[in-house]
Amino acid sequence: MSSVVEPHAVLGGTNVALQASRVRMHAKRKRVNAIALTLSLAAMAFGVFWLIWILVETVRLGIGGISLALFTQMTPPPQAEDGGLANAIFGSVTMVGLATLLGTPIGILAGIYLAEYGQKSWLGSITRFINDILLAAPSIVIGLFIYSVVVARMKSFSGIAGVLALALIVIPVVIRTTENMLALIPNALREAAYALGTPKWKVIMTVTLKAARAGVITGVLLALARIAGETAPLLFTALSNQFWTSNLGEPMASLPVTIFKFAMSPYENWQKLAWAGVFLITIGVLVLNILARTFLRNKH
Amino acid sequence: MERTQPRREPPGRRQTLPWADLLFSVLAHGAAWLTLALLAGIIISLIVGAAPAIREYGLGFLWSTDWDPVQNKYGGLVMIYGTLMTSLIALVIAVPVSFGIALFLTELSPAWLKRPLGTAVELLAAVPSIVYGMWGLLVFGPLLATYVQQPLQSLFTGVPYLGALFSGPPVGIGLLSAGIILAIMVIPFIASVMRDVFEVTPPMLKESAYGLGSTTWEVMFKVVLPYTKTGVVGGIMLGLGRALGETMAVTFVIGNMNQLNSLSLFEAANSITSALANEFAEAGEGLHQASLIYLGLVLFFITFVVLAFSKVLLARLKKGEGSRS
Repeated sequence: MSSVVEPHAVLGGTNVALQASRVRMHAKRKRVNAIALTLSLAAMAFGVFWLIWILVETVRLGIGGISLALFTQMTPPPQAEDGGLANAIFGSVTMVGLATLLGTPIGILAGIYLAEYGQKSWLGSITRFINDILLAAPSIVIGLFIYSVVVARMKSFSGIAGVLALALIVIPVVIRTTENMLALIPNALREAAYALGTPKWKVIMTVTLKAARAGVITGVLLALARIAGETAPLLFTALSNQFWTSNLGEPMASLPVTIFKFAMSPYENWQKLAWAGVFLITIGVLVLNILARTFLRNKH
Repeated sequence: MERTQPRREPPGRRQTLPWADLLFSVLAHGAAWLTLALLAGIIISLIVGAAPAIREYGLGFLWSTDWDPVQNKYGGLVMIYGTLMTSLIALVIAVPVSFGIALFLTELSPAWLKRPLGTAVELLAAVPSIVYGMWGLLVFGPLLATYVQQPLQSLFTGVPYLGALFSGPPVGIGLLSAGIILAIMVIPFIASVMRDVFEVTPPMLKESAYGLGSTTWEVMFKVVLPYTKTGVVGGIMLGLGRALGETMAVTFVIGNMNQLNSLSLFEAANSITSALANEFAEAGEGLHQASLIYLGLVLFFITFVVLAFSKVLLARLKKGEGSRS
């Protein structure tokens, strides 16, 4: 290096200083980098840490409550010896199932509209925008909406109101995934089908939708996972019920609302049941999610 | 070789249902209109439901702190403050952590770890909020009280302003706990948006910076972040929208006390969503219910603005990406 600085020998002193400052600068940049990267690693560990902690606690506190009685007995009064969550599990399965059945066709149709009819139209872009808003809207506001249009009219809380509230959450999720998955289908497929003289509805039903099937099913599974754990929209639509009911005109128990009620209570038997319920929901939702992911990955 | 005999007549056009195409198109359009109608319905029903309270209090509702169902006097400031404060705490924690996670996933992680870690973060987003709430109340809250709140309190007692922020009973419920739990909940949302926008940065840009001798941090902070800043802000807004509207996780740990006398982060407080969750089903028709719906309307308005803003930013990034590539 010194041979290079030779011509500036007069400035030798400053050159040494410059060199030293460069080395210092470099060291500083490397230090900043090392600190930033360590923090980034820490952030990643932080994120994974919560997931593991929550899962471990849920399993530890919930698995003790898993028994046959949980699935066969009704929710008990406070401080009773036994009891289960049968009515809540039944209510949840019924409402979630019906809401999915109700919301899926609407969501798929609107998704088809966005991907096949109105890609560029004003209705398409507004619907897309509104759908994104609905997708992230506070779920408790959906509950308020159903309360004022259904519960206040019918003068009673009811299972059907819960179904409607959950269906409103399903719709935007299904719209989003259906649109995205249909948009991935290459146009050549559509054009080939049109060239054979196929009418549009048949192209959609038998070519594009069929090709996007795996993605659409994934969307439905994700929507299912989302509403299985939703509590807020059920609080003042389906309310809750201590007893078994399969009448959708009456208030209906659901797993999340029961957990909420039991966990906030001071009674030990209720809290234990709440942990068992949380365990069931967490496992259910995670399994649905993983299922949806593997399903999509295997098909693409 | 035998020649196949051509058929006399070409096969007739297969009979299609002439109305099927029209019907299908009508159904698809109808579903799209239904989505629009839903949003309109939500807004109208909230305004109609809140009308008695709006007539009674007007905008003064927003900065009145009275909330007294017994005397039938209502004001929303306590809840609005709780909602904004918990979301603010959540963002303060979640934004740097999410940035770190996105940085790790895009630049540092070995390829074989990318997918499992990305999935883990996304699963964190899938865990139902009631699980966070219950875990926060029964597991995390007590630990927070012992290991964070008490040391903070002994550290800051007597310090002006800051001392007031950490006063109050260290019992593990209140604004701070709610904010932390919200942070854990929104980290996955913000982190996955950040990761996605970081990945759209053209590799050429990054490689040029590396070629000039930049460190990984400098590439991220001075090249990738400026390039993707609209997207990053959009992602943060998306997380904010989540935090503002979250109900169960907050209701469990915020303490549900209508007070604003002490600004302490340890003090039990209330938020719009938890007031709705706790009081709405029991509220009698009339001013109480109307005031709660008014709160819901305020919440919907705030989240609507935040989400619309985030959509506009994210859309702008997408457009820029199209023109540049």
